[in-house]
Amino acid sequence: MLKIDNLHASVDGKPILNGLDLEVHAGEVHAVMGPNGSGKSTLAYVIAGREGYEVTDGSVTYRSEDLLAMSVEDRAKSGVFLAFQYPVEIPGVGSATFLKTAVNAARKHRGEKEYDAMEFLRLVKEKRAALGIDDGMMRRALNVGFSGGEKKRNEMLQMALLEPALAVLDETDSGLDIDALKVVADGINALRGPERAMLVITHYQRLLDHVVPDRVHVLAQGRIVRSGGSGLAHELERSGYAGLGLEPSAAA
Amino acid sequence: MPAPRTIPFDYPAPKAGAAAALPGAGLPWLDALRAEGRQLSADGLPGTRMEAWKYTSLAPLAALAFPPPGEPVAEAEPGAGAFDTIGGPALAFVNGRLDARHSRLDTLPAGLRVRGLAQALSDDPAQVEGLIGDTVPNGDPMAAFNAAFAADGCIVETAPGAVVDEPLRLRFAAAPGSGPLAWHPRVVVRLGAGSRLALIESHEGLAGEATWSNPLVDVGIGAGAALSHVKLQAEGAGAYHTALTRTALAADARYESHLLALGARLARHEIHIRFDGEGARCLLHGGYMARGSQHVDNTTVIDHRVPHCESREVYKGVLDDTARGVFQGRIVVHRDAQKTDGHQLNRTLLLSPKAEIDTKPELEIYADDVKCSHGATAGEPEADQLFYLRSRGLDLRTARALIVEGFMNELLEAVGHEGARAVLLAQVAAWIGEARP
Repeated sequence: MLKIDNLHASVDGKPILNGLDLEVHAGEVHAVMGPNGSGKSTLAYVIAGREGYEVTDGSVTYRSEDLLAMSVEDRAKSGVFLAFQYPVEIPGVGSATFLKTAVNAARKHRGEKEYDAMEFLRLVKEKRAALGIDDGMMRRALNVGFSGGEKKRNEMLQMALLEPALAVLDETDSGLDIDALKVVADGINALRGPERAMLVITHYQRLLDHVVPDRVHVLAQGRIVRSGGSGLAHELERSGYAGLGLEPSAAA
Repeated sequence: MPAPRTIPFDYPAPKAGAAAALPGAGLPWLDALRAEGRQLSADGLPGTRMEAWKYTSLAPLAALAFPPPGEPVAEAEPGAGAFDTIGGPALAFVNGRLDARHSRLDTLPAGLRVRGLAQALSDDPAQVEGLIGDTVPNGDPMAAFNAAFAADGCIVETAPGAVVDEPLRLRFAAAPGSGPLAWHPRVVVRLGAGSRLALIESHEGLAGEATWSNPLVDVGIGAGAALSHVKLQAEGAGAYHTALTRTALAADARYESHLLALGARLARHEIHIRFDGEGARCLLHGGYMARGSQHVDNTTVIDHRVPHCESREVYKGVLDDTARGVFQGRIVVHRDAQKTDGHQLNRTLLLSPKAEIDTKPELEIYADDVKCSHGATAGEPEADQLFYLRSRGLDLRTARALIVEGFMNELLEAVGHEGARAVLLAQVAAWIGEARP
């Protein structure tokens, strides 16, 4: 599904990723953990194609295509989804309107019939109920004035509606209380399936109690320094990143 | 050589007999008012050396020739109006003249009185003198043209305490194929104490020909009364629009202005607010969207003369291609106007590197216990917002359109009348839809 080889990336000329290798197969959930400043968000943005994140070496292959050659929207339409750490507020754009536009763009791309208003309403109602999102939130402008938890649940709703093949979740657990964390984790688990790969980026192990990963990778200074099974997350929780014998991160 | 203070303007052409053809000619007070207007306007159009016209040049208007406004105009078909879907009373002016065929005054709601200016001048000239007979407002150069050459218009009044549910529509339409024409509608609105009215003013035209509309809308809101004033300006690409709306508020009065300016080669919307009584509030919302080489100017003056009044002003616009926008917002707080609460905001999205906005806030505060603020932003749609939408599969064009639409909708959502709001939102969507790929 996703194969990253020797990825080097810089932001503002400053190298952040320094030869990152990672492979995620369909049906797998991988966690990427690491201290602040290790390059976790940069990895997410490079996969999504954000401007200003310059790939200086290496390759990213998605379903045997060169992901880096694709535009941001083409990546999305081909099934790549990034759940933002800080979802962006779009004033004046109704959440429901936006969702319908996004879902229909993906359907059109796949050659499927676009939803009409009624069909879409029904679909949203079913998906949002599972995430504890009320109708009032759908009628507000996208992310505007949403609490941190509402924003994250809204990201999960988008993911559920867009049904991506590869989901990258960038610190989706940050800023959530324990109840919201469970709701979000349930949303993620509901989407686990043999056709789908997920990359769960997190600083803490607590989300991984609920979303048990197949593999855990530790990112430090722009490289995967250790990989293992889900037990690695618990080991990190006990010993901290320092306990792994890693050099202290510059930004930590 | 410095720019001239005024721009010579041969208007109307020919001049002879122009005054005699206007309604009410021969009434001494009206003849005097028109003579004063002619005298002031004889200097020409305001030039860019005048501070208030620094960013807006009327030189292209001065190059045009228009016939005298009092001359009869042929009956013409204005086509469908933007607010036709809204029922209720309506006055239509086609090529500057009240057009009974397209007006609907047969079933006026209780407490609302509406008359054409010419009719009122023949029925009750003394009353009209009381409404328009004072001098040219503020000696304003464009108001001078209106005072001298207003050939039609209307007088709108509400009885004290009247709550008028249906909005009154005032439509000014240019009919296609009419040739260069100018009109100077004089609209007088007087709300009795405690009354309520919604007014929908629209300026529309399909014509590519040069037209010049120079309306003067004079609003007086009685104590505790409330007026919601929607204005759509969507004239054709050959149009010039120079409007002055001046509103005086008595104690505890409310005034809302919701303007959407889309049309004309050059448009200036000047609004003057005067607080005459304590506890009054005004909300000025202005939206502007311009492309090509359009020029759109919003100039506001808010005069806080008395204590405890509140003014809120938000102007937002979108400029593409080489379009140019101007926002001049002056707030004057007099020495006695303590506890004034005034806020002003101007935000512009620039869709092209060659589009330009000139923003000039001017706060003159002579009182010491007031809350006043202003702010202005201008820039491209935010990269973060574009990335977020594109990361959900929206192409760049759709993402930009959605951001632009949201930017404008945020402003228009405050329009109280649902039908009017829907029309304005549809106008915004249509404007965006016309964008070149």
